[in-house]
Amino acid sequence: MSKISVDYKRCKGCFLCVSVCPKNALTPSKELGAKGYEIVHLDGEKCIGCGSCYRMCPDYCIEITD
Amino acid sequence: MNCKIPNGIDMSQQASWCPGCGHGIIVRLLAEAAQELGIDDRMIMVEDVACGEFAQFALKYNTIMGAHGRPIVTAAGIKRVRPDAIVVAHPGDGSAYSIGVESTLHCALRNENILALVVNNSVFGMTGGQMSPTSLVDMKTTSSPHGRSIKKDGSPIDVTKILGQLDIAYLARGSLDSPANVIRTGKMIKKALQKQMNGEGFCLVEVLSPCPTNWNMTPVDALEFIKKKQSVTYPTGEFIDKGGAI
Repeated sequence: MSKISVDYKRCKGCFLCVSVCPKNALTPSKELGAKGYEIVHLDGEKCIGCGSCYRMCPDYCIEITD
Repeated sequence: MNCKIPNGIDMSQQASWCPGCGHGIIVRLLAEAAQELGIDDRMIMVEDVACGEFAQFALKYNTIMGAHGRPIVTAAGIKRVRPDAIVVAHPGDGSAYSIGVESTLHCALRNENILALVVNNSVFGMTGGQMSPTSLVDMKTTSSPHGRSIKKDGSPIDVTKILGQLDIAYLARGSLDSPANVIRTGKMIKKALQKQMNGEGFCLVEVLSPCPTNWNMTPVDALEFIKKKQSVTYPTGEFIDKGGAI
């Protein structure tokens, strides 16, 4: 089972990960992060570890490990 | 699936690109390709005076910032004095096709053994979103508020038509509009680096990249713009794939 981790401190709230997630595991959180942007919310139960969010994240927030 | 941030990325600081900018993805693809080929310690980046320069904060590689608009010819010079290094020029479309178009063209004519990784976002990003040679027809920018007209401003530059008949090693265009196209673009960059290691000659990989700030869109809409408009004017794929004259 793959494990996803999100570094919320780096998130700039572009939500490219939200747009490509096939299982809607990532959603906008309506909370502001350290940089003042609305950060993403992760529902780890729904994640299937496809890696789409990792590929689209421009700020290297997301890592997926086996 | 194992998706780990590559070793070449400097995680101790964060580059100050806008939210949703494609530069971050392109830089990660380059670091992934370098790590897979085992050339992390041989990489030298040549940055332009533009948004791409922030790659020096995102990457751990040695970086040189060339004269404005001339990273490709600076990279060619570095490759000549350091033939063991893997030299990557990282200009934008304004630099490679407008300000420094002569250096792009003549480095290709001389078949210099470098990789030019051109980020095409169809505007001059850092100066505030003015019209660039690659702006699409009818595209509204700060210097073409009524849209670009062919009669007044000319047709958009397609680099595959300029360099398409030359004797260079590799010419390809990728896109960042979906995870699948990001993977394809990463393979193009890896192939170009491999060709440079083999000494085959000039490689140019253009990447269609979103600029949400200057396109006045959300990052997600910017991906749709690439899919529906930009990649229609600039079709993606490999256009030249051969060994050079070296």
